[in-house]
Amino acid sequence: MNLKLKIWRQKNANDKGKMVDYPISDVSPDMSFLEMLDVLNNQLIEKGESPVAFDHDCREGICGMCSLYINGEAHGPDRGVTTCQLHMRKFKDGDTIYIEPFRAKAFPIIKDLVVDRGAFDRIQHAGGFVSVNTSGNTQDANSIPIPKADADLAFDAATCIGCGACVATCKNSSAMLYVSAKVSQFALLPQGQVEAKDRVLNMVKQMDAEGFGNCTNTGACEVECPKGISLDNIARMNREFSKAILDGREK
Amino acid sequence: MATLDSKIPAGPLADKWTNYKNNINLVNPANKRLIDVIVVGTGLAGGSAAATLAELGYNVKAFCFQDSPRRAHSIAAQGGINAAKNYQGDGDSTFRLFYDTVKGGDYRSREANVYRLAEVSANIIDQCVAQGVPFARDYGGLLDNRSFGGVLVSRTFYAKGQTGQQLLLGAYSAMNRQIGRGKIKMYNRHEMMDIVVVDGKARGIIARNLVTGEIERHSAHAVVLGTGGYGNVFFLSTNAMGSNVSAAWKAHKRGAYFANPCFTQIHPTCIPVSGELQAKLTLMSESLRNDGRIWVPKKLEDVEAIRAGKLKPTQIKEEDRDYYLERRYPAFGNLVPRDVASRAAKERCDAGYGVNATGEAVYLDFASAVTRYGKEAAHVRGLNENDNTLVQKLGKEIIANKYGNLFQMYEKIVDENPYETPMMIYPAVHYTMGGLWVDYNLMTTVPGLYAIGEANFSDHGANRLGASALMQGLADGYFVLPYTIGDYLASDIRTGAIPTNTPEFDAAEKEVTERLNFFVNNNGTHSVDYFHRRLGKIMWDKCGMARNTDGLKSAIAEIKALREEFWKDLKVPGSADEYNEELAKAGRVADFLELGELFAKDALERNESCGGHFREESQTAEGEAARDDANYTYVSAWEYTGLPSEANLHKEELVYENIELKTRSYK
Repeated sequence: MNLKLKIWRQKNANDKGKMVDYPISDVSPDMSFLEMLDVLNNQLIEKGESPVAFDHDCREGICGMCSLYINGEAHGPDRGVTTCQLHMRKFKDGDTIYIEPFRAKAFPIIKDLVVDRGAFDRIQHAGGFVSVNTSGNTQDANSIPIPKADADLAFDAATCIGCGACVATCKNSSAMLYVSAKVSQFALLPQGQVEAKDRVLNMVKQMDAEGFGNCTNTGACEVECPKGISLDNIARMNREFSKAILDGREK
Repeated sequence: MATLDSKIPAGPLADKWTNYKNNINLVNPANKRLIDVIVVGTGLAGGSAAATLAELGYNVKAFCFQDSPRRAHSIAAQGGINAAKNYQGDGDSTFRLFYDTVKGGDYRSREANVYRLAEVSANIIDQCVAQGVPFARDYGGLLDNRSFGGVLVSRTFYAKGQTGQQLLLGAYSAMNRQIGRGKIKMYNRHEMMDIVVVDGKARGIIARNLVTGEIERHSAHAVVLGTGGYGNVFFLSTNAMGSNVSAAWKAHKRGAYFANPCFTQIHPTCIPVSGELQAKLTLMSESLRNDGRIWVPKKLEDVEAIRAGKLKPTQIKEEDRDYYLERRYPAFGNLVPRDVASRAAKERCDAGYGVNATGEAVYLDFASAVTRYGKEAAHVRGLNENDNTLVQKLGKEIIANKYGNLFQMYEKIVDENPYETPMMIYPAVHYTMGGLWVDYNLMTTVPGLYAIGEANFSDHGANRLGASALMQGLADGYFVLPYTIGDYLASDIRTGAIPTNTPEFDAAEKEVTERLNFFVNNNGTHSVDYFHRRLGKIMWDKCGMARNTDGLKSAIAEIKALREEFWKDLKVPGSADEYNEELAKAGRVADFLELGELFAKDALERNESCGGHFREESQTAEGEAARDDANYTYVSAWEYTGLPSEANLHKEELVYENIELKTRSYK
């Protein structure tokens, strides 16, 4: 296949940035999208030009490092996959492909297509944990049976890879899907109950401080989420938040 | 010169760890506040170690090259984690897990370390559940188990095909709690460039901020490497793109011995290579072998027809299929250990039975499992067990529940539906059992420098059993290192902060800067990947699933020549004081080009077959690996002396007091 790529180039955080055209030929439909970019980069390097910077690592859809806004969609046109799992067979010969970074006020651009998602980590520092020390003397793992349905829902929420597609997709740059996934995971498990109220308040507070927008129930995040994290989690987080407020926990 | 003292405590095997813990030096809580520890790498080993050390009160600085500690490659582990809980009541015990691991490693691991691993395994599950890790559960609400290769019990705990992710997010959450408290200072997008040794002790690192290019000095009283394995020396592997040997290699150059570098795990069930420009291979979890049956056609004409697209695998009759693992290894069947399964696949493909265009693929078929589960589900619900459409539908639902994400991954990559047609798989590089030599304390031959998880060599011998990497990473980080490091740090309570304005830091930083400047100023013609791919091809062809004297000798010569070419003809765009991924890659590949040679040298020296190391000269009449216990029951620990070719071999004799060395049989 021959393709016309239009890629966002931005030297660093202070640079203004612009779209640049790169034609590319002989792309195999069995290549992954990032392998296609590898080929482009190799050509650029051997020509003495600066390669396109993009984040990636595991290349099997689980580390959450890769991003990219492709033709106006986070992780591209396929559903239920990250950019590294997107294959060129989803495109046609002659297509023009627009490649941009995940854009949000809370995700400043580092270079080209690489953004800083440190805000996500800081939200976790505020409460994304169960306060248990490593002692080797915690109770036996089977001492509290957990209904399978709850364990499964907690697992579904916990599969969030923290890529930020939800934020990039949301017209408000809201991080509610991301935050609610962690809040839900712990709210559904007995081990997470003890701190549930403080957790939701602290995480939401940090989320707001980072400059993420609010949720207006558009649901685009759920559609673009590569792991299919459900909007139900946002509802659950709102419920947990209300419970905490009604309990007078807000400081 | 450093000596190889493994420091194994005296006494009966089952009491060693307990006695050891009772007799080591401790650091009191107030003094822990005066001690700094650097942890490089934030996977299961590094992440769990950083969190636990911080909980204990040490000041931890943690480093990862990814943009968040949660992205370390442990995240990609799929199948599960072993623990001797015996929840299934199927005869499991600490001793049996120990025995299976030593046997699975083909008797090339250290008894005392492996026993300790088995001993703390049960605690890992308790700890993770307490952290809120959502393991799979049965309808009674209790934890579920499955079985992995090389064992006859079900001791593997799992979270669908994302066990590594869930365990790493558990360790990440424990880290986050300490980062929030200020006890861990986290350095994301930082790469360790060198170890700084002061008066013979590891006292810090030189790191590069990958965003700004800035070179930084960080000091500590001890340095812990949880930096993973070096499978990417093969270029194509299931490792992440950024996984590299550099931290371990820098440690090696600073005096840490490198043990058994040739012990590599080639995993039998990966998605086959599809094209020349491929950058990465994808694993299909070993857990699939619980339900998938591996086969190739019995007749070569069927193979031809399949390759030509004239025949589909589902059209081949049962009697025309060769379920070769079940045929050769009736006792373990499809659940033989990885090294055995990989070689068996290679044997069939070499004989011409490979089922894809390249001739390097076999089938992994779920049809009989779908039917079996479907009938069971129909029976439970009181429905018609003979209604094939219904049975297929119910069976696929159960398979989707167990392995859904793996099937989806396969479909996205290969563009075929594995619920309808068998998967095609082939072996690929997955894990390295070799690594930095460590004693019972997990300390390398450099005092104060520790290696944990895949970065060390100690627990898996010549072949790792499935679901044991997660176990080892977390055992080292949560339960072993936090004790052993205290014994060493107890003598450092009066040392005070380590200064960074010393000649040792100056010299290390200068070396790092000079090398970076060399790369960006070198006026070559080829990119880093060009050399990396060529190195990978040499490694795969000559140091891969089968090795022989001639091949290994030529690999050594070829790698040396390629390394010289790399230093002459490498082209790295951009500068050293900016975000520059090519520059980071250049440093990593430069180190792979040295490690690769030592790897081949080690493989040449070990003239026996054991585990994943198969020397063609050393095999039985049936083509099974033939160990040579009389001559090779030792760990090869290599000392750096200036060039990989001149590395000095030190041997740690392996003593088996509790297990009798036997020919490994899975028949």
